[in-house]
Amino acid sequence: MRVIDLPKYDLKKEEIQKIDRIIKKLKSKKGALIPVLQEIQKKIGFLPVEAQKKVALGLNIPEKDVYGVVTFYSFFTMIPRGKINIRVCLGTACYVKGGKRIIDRIGKELRINQGETTPDRMYSLQANRCLGACGIAPVIVVNDKVYQKVDPAKVMDIIYSYK
Amino acid sequence: MAVKSVDKLRKNYLIKLKEEIIAENIKKLKGKKFRIVVHMGTCGIAAGADKIKRVVSNEVRNVSSNEIDVSTTGCIGFCSIEPMLTVEASGKEPVIYHSLDGYKVKKIFANHILKGQVVDELEPIVKDSKLSYFYRYQEPRVLHNKGKINPLEIKDYIREDGYRGFLKALEMNDPYEIIKIIIESGIRGRGGAGFPTGKKWDFCYKAISINGLKYVICNGDEGDPGAFMDRNLLESDPHSVLEGILIAGLAVGSSKGYIYVRAEYPLAIKTLTNAIHQAKKFGLIGKDILGSGFDFDIEIYQGAGAFVCGEETALLRSIEGKRGMPRPKPPFPANEGLYKEPTLINNVETFSNIPQIILNGAEWFNSVGTDTSKGTKIFALTGAVNNIGLVEVPMGITLRDIVYKIGGGIKGDKKFKAVQIGGPSGGCIPEKYLDTPVDYEKVKEAGAIMGSGGMIVLDEDTCMVDLSRFFMDFIQEESCGQCTPCRVGTRRMLEILERITQGKGEEGDIEKLEELGKMIQETSLCGLGKTAPNPVLSTIKYFREDYEQHIETKLSCKRLHRKEKVKKV
Repeated sequence: MRVIDLPKYDLKKEEIQKIDRIIKKLKSKKGALIPVLQEIQKKIGFLPVEAQKKVALGLNIPEKDVYGVVTFYSFFTMIPRGKINIRVCLGTACYVKGGKRIIDRIGKELRINQGETTPDRMYSLQANRCLGACGIAPVIVVNDKVYQKVDPAKVMDIIYSYK
Repeated sequence: MAVKSVDKLRKNYLIKLKEEIIAENIKKLKGKKFRIVVHMGTCGIAAGADKIKRVVSNEVRNVSSNEIDVSTTGCIGFCSIEPMLTVEASGKEPVIYHSLDGYKVKKIFANHILKGQVVDELEPIVKDSKLSYFYRYQEPRVLHNKGKINPLEIKDYIREDGYRGFLKALEMNDPYEIIKIIIESGIRGRGGAGFPTGKKWDFCYKAISINGLKYVICNGDEGDPGAFMDRNLLESDPHSVLEGILIAGLAVGSSKGYIYVRAEYPLAIKTLTNAIHQAKKFGLIGKDILGSGFDFDIEIYQGAGAFVCGEETALLRSIEGKRGMPRPKPPFPANEGLYKEPTLINNVETFSNIPQIILNGAEWFNSVGTDTSKGTKIFALTGAVNNIGLVEVPMGITLRDIVYKIGGGIKGDKKFKAVQIGGPSGGCIPEKYLDTPVDYEKVKEAGAIMGSGGMIVLDEDTCMVDLSRFFMDFIQEESCGQCTPCRVGTRRMLEILERITQGKGEEGDIEKLEELGKMIQETSLCGLGKTAPNPVLSTIKYFREDYEQHIETKLSCKRLHRKEKVKKV
């Protein structure tokens, strides 16, 4: 994704404070960049370019390096996640047992693709790398709760139970 | 680094501590008739183990008996029939109940706990029951603590002889003696490639650091889809990994260790953080450990989701806070690793093996296994088998025994098609090679690799072309992109595979895949690229007819296989 395609985001005052605090806390650590980004994403929910700029300044790293790291790792996102974040495991065991059908079904129902968020910021959908819960495949994770042996036909019941 | 002799008093402290813990335990269990253990790993919790625990606690309150002790442990490896609990009664064999819900727990209380009758209708796992075969052919060595300890409690680990291997290592006059034992044991890296661990330690020991710094890194970036051995070890027996790292640090002369855990494993990170905290409190991590003059600190480094970071040089860059891209070797990390200092990198399972090798000796370790592969290996057995879970088997056992004896055969009345070993770097082994013993070389000859331990059983319904497409899609997504064969080559292979599965395959596609595959294998920079074509090449070798059928009939996966099913009926 190109930076110019991203919507502009103005950091709120308390978000700036949070970012500053995180940078200050971890600054002296060797290899601090990834932990800093992880904490910021945990607090704000995503990593807008504006936040990346602050990190670059705070850690004295070129902006391009921060952006390079953000785009390299699948855990980081520059798109805000929805209130209800749905992750569908597409590891081998889940795939063989119908994980793909689950993600297709959710995508069709919510009218979004993988990696997207609904315009009302209610739902976001991601394909997840293997969660290591292959014994109970296929699995989905909704806001950090793991659901086991999910049936594609009934998956929307789980998701709508979060309203 | 010279290690002072261990302070006698402090050494005795650990031994005394164990005695105290055992005494404490006896006191706690005194007058208790039953011990109920709820097993809680990621799988167990997802299946509802925490609810089961609540019901158990409620029931205990209801019967208001102080003869019952309730505790929790990590996973006991039988994932497909979670949640599970074990009822232990003094003088009797433990009984394991499975696939629980609230109603079943109440039944267990009404009959087993109150009347002393085992609830046979729930088909518990007892000696000689059908499900007990899952455990019978296993050799729990690394997993010897499963079901015995609470992973959040260091005292449980010490009670089971924990940290005794480390203590023994501390008492050796020369740290090189540790390395000698590891070399003699013949253990090879459990992360996949199977490099002799002792040799690696030896290299790192002999490497010279200008700044006097060396690092020990535990690779817990278990990225292979379908593999969960490391997750389980970190969640269920974190101290065994810590102890292994401590011993390695002592042996190679390092004072700083990192554990790289992937972000997808929140429970493992939580358990490990707690374990490090406790080990520090007990003086087993930190400065001047047990008065020996040996300093060691362990830090967790959380990954951010990149498969390639399992490659050691990529992992190093990731810890340094950069894009995780591999670099050419040599120099090997043992000479030039993290921040250019000598670095020892081993897999979680490898470290977990170490304490027992030191404690029980090299001969004990290599008493099982084949000529070139010693000890045991943990596999994550999943897919179309009846019994799904984590299994630890002696090297040399045949794949057939794993699938049919431990796995209980194929689910339903379907036919076996293949077993996929080694994830996206591995391959599929067909029926005719099922008698291949589990051994680094033999598995490779059969067309797969040992890998980290993912083992996915496929039945006749699986389309091998679609499976190859799945793996190629994964690799293509995870390729770091710096070398052309991997970045572009895997993309082209994926396009061809997509075309075939959509029913648009052309004659010559199979040959093109083979040619591309061989080229990528020969010219890629790192292990990811070099092994990326394996799933495709191995399925072309053994299941060429799957590809040909698609190309000849010009049918997509969905339509081709629907047609097949109709034909069968």
